[in-house]
Amino acid sequence: MAAAAQIEHHASSTGTDNRKLLMWIFLGSECLFFGSLLATYLIFKGEPTTATNDHGLLMIPANLLDIPLTSQSTFVLLMSSLTMVLAVYGAQTNRLKMMKLWLLATIVLGLIFIGYQVFEFTTFGNEGLNPSTNQFGASFFLLTGFHGVHVGIGVLYLGSLLLASFRRTGLGPEAGVHVELAGLYWHFVDIVWIVLFTVIYLIPA
Amino acid sequence: MATAAETIALPTESAYESGIWSWITTVDHKRIGTLYAVTGFIFFLVGGFEAMLIRAQLAVPNGTVIDASLYNQLFGMHALTMIFLAVMPMGAGFFNYMIPLMIGARDVAFPRLNALSYWIFLFGALLLTSSVLFGGGPDAGWFAYAPLTSEQFSPGRNMDFYVLGILTLGVSSMAAALNFAVTIINMRAPGMMMMRLPVFVWMTLIISFLLILALPPLTVALTQLLFDRHYTTHFLDPNGGGDPLLWQHLFWTFGHPEVYVLILPAMGIVSETLPVFSKKPLFGYRAIVFSGIAIGFLGWAVWAHHMYTTGLGPVQQSIFAGTTMTIGIPTGIKIFNWMATMYGGSIRFTTSMYFAVSFLATFTIGGISGVMHASPPIDTQQQDTYWVVAHLHYVLMGGAVMGIFSGIYYWFPKMTGRFLDEGLGKLHFWLFFIGMNMTFFPMHFLGTAGMPRRIYTYDSGLGWDFWNMFATIGSLVITVALLVFIFNFFRSMRTEPNAPNNPWNAPGLEWATSSPPPEHDFDVIPEVRDRDPLWYDRDNGHAPAEPVPGTHIHLPPPSYYPILMALGTLLLAVGPLTHLAITALGIPVIIYSIWGWALEPTD
Repeated sequence: MAAAAQIEHHASSTGTDNRKLLMWIFLGSECLFFGSLLATYLIFKGEPTTATNDHGLLMIPANLLDIPLTSQSTFVLLMSSLTMVLAVYGAQTNRLKMMKLWLLATIVLGLIFIGYQVFEFTTFGNEGLNPSTNQFGASFFLLTGFHGVHVGIGVLYLGSLLLASFRRTGLGPEAGVHVELAGLYWHFVDIVWIVLFTVIYLIPA
Repeated sequence: MATAAETIALPTESAYESGIWSWITTVDHKRIGTLYAVTGFIFFLVGGFEAMLIRAQLAVPNGTVIDASLYNQLFGMHALTMIFLAVMPMGAGFFNYMIPLMIGARDVAFPRLNALSYWIFLFGALLLTSSVLFGGGPDAGWFAYAPLTSEQFSPGRNMDFYVLGILTLGVSSMAAALNFAVTIINMRAPGMMMMRLPVFVWMTLIISFLLILALPPLTVALTQLLFDRHYTTHFLDPNGGGDPLLWQHLFWTFGHPEVYVLILPAMGIVSETLPVFSKKPLFGYRAIVFSGIAIGFLGWAVWAHHMYTTGLGPVQQSIFAGTTMTIGIPTGIKIFNWMATMYGGSIRFTTSMYFAVSFLATFTIGGISGVMHASPPIDTQQQDTYWVVAHLHYVLMGGAVMGIFSGIYYWFPKMTGRFLDEGLGKLHFWLFFIGMNMTFFPMHFLGTAGMPRRIYTYDSGLGWDFWNMFATIGSLVITVALLVFIFNFFRSMRTEPNAPNNPWNAPGLEWATSSPPPEHDFDVIPEVRDRDPLWYDRDNGHAPAEPVPGTHIHLPPPSYYPILMALGTLLLAVGPLTHLAITALGIPVIIYSIWGWALEPTD
């Protein structure tokens, strides 16, 4: 017992868990990633284009973006932040049923958001906008596509946690940390969407 | 030669497991550091070989050693190899091996992530280099300016290897940088406050943040290039409404911080070696640390000085000229502090010290030529001439590589338990120093005489013949210097380990443990009471704490998931070169590795 008591635990110098610190710094890096994509979008925003579809409709944001529809998906994603907070709360207070339920809810909301995005991309494609049409098409699909990939990775992340929580040992004694880490990532992806929604959809050309 | 007077703890029988599998699954920072350093040095020789082919071609007018197409690949591959596969990994070798020892930790914060960084680096390096076997290396330079890189002007696979190789290497650097940032911030021994960290550790922290923030713009630029080449977009193609300058902005937003990623390790190393061999604490520790931080910040505001000739406009040019010249101030502060460190010290002229002192001289030459073309009118004259080649080799070869050699001679006893021979070391130094100056100093003359960069040959009668031949002879001298070093290395490795714990009587924590260190680094985590802990403890009579009998030291078990995940990452990258099905195959491999990784017991 004396030997066991001597096991050194990794106490961190700042008091913050290593994994949380890593996630925060990583999200700082992600800011630059989306910043560069957004810069590309803004550079090409308002560039004159002559590209039209078969019906002679100019392929510009004003003719394509459906603000009410995307407001719905934005609402869905914002609500997923709320469910995520509840899942983290459940994990930290050891209410495991609650954690599982809200994790599932977050995953479902994330999947609905991705569904909206697939629908939007398909609609744009049918109306004649694809990455090669003009600079709006290229930068729009790259920017929102990468955001969609981030939501998808988030769904996989939360799904893995949910699956693992059904093991006999659950998420182990550090469940709170594990779910909180996923939560940090999830909220970040949400915040990025708020910026993208504002810049792409709400600010006119 | 210092023969330590204190009790010498000779390294005992190593507790390490041996065999190839133990290296593949290792999560030990010292082994990963060794892998990085050795791999980096091998690629340093590859990059040197590429440079020798270039110098052989340019030795005489109308050279016929290689043709224009191969020359284009060589200058690109030489730069990529030296930057991404040699100097960065050799720096990473020191980070891995030394940082946990220097801050008094048992390992880095994330040992398996550390292994993952190395394996992704190795696979990315092999992917990039393998391009020469599959149709030729990248032939648009390491800067890869659009629209040279478009399918129209570069129809082969060359630039695809560039895009995917650099993306892969970027993943590796990102993982390593995150790991070191967390390690340095969070894994310090008791009493090791931030302002007691060795300068080398500080520089590593700055580099980590530079990489963490600079790699994303490069990733975006490379993704745009990949999409332009294969997936119908026109981000960089002016014919489709794109903007080639977008590439330059994004690339140099990464590229200039990257320059500091290359030089700051060397600045950190000489900040360790100069005080030790001057027998004085570092002069102006705070000034040096804050100068390093200032360089890190200013490094973000200077990228457009690579683009003066693109027509930015006078206001932008003035701003970037101002910020670029400002960087000379913190750099100058450092140089003067290093000189003041030596002033009045009792200097030991070891090989490591030779390299450190010559770093000060040669790096300053490169720094001064750098400040000169911070001025747009001067830069417009010098752009794309050999003057720029001279400048960048003085900072990288005379700066970064000199610093790395200083570190190799300094830390070699700690890493191997053996000394490199000082006589051969000094021969290595003098040949390297003379050869380096013979090769690169005449390039200033060639540049002012108007010789452009990146041309595969030139006519005689332009006044360039003599200095080109002279530079080629210089490069042969560098080759001999490296052969001397390699001979010295193998000769030392055949001797019995005889290095004491602290052969140089140095103040850093890495010298508090045996040479080479045991797998668990320290028997007892040391307590730090001063910026120069070992000197303080010696002068104030603090004996190192005795290990408590029965202490159990927990070390993370080996894992094969890092290399498996690195293989999955390689599959992702190989997909766009061959068939996207391979990318699709990589995704389940990565998911499987992450699950295995997360569920693997580490206690």
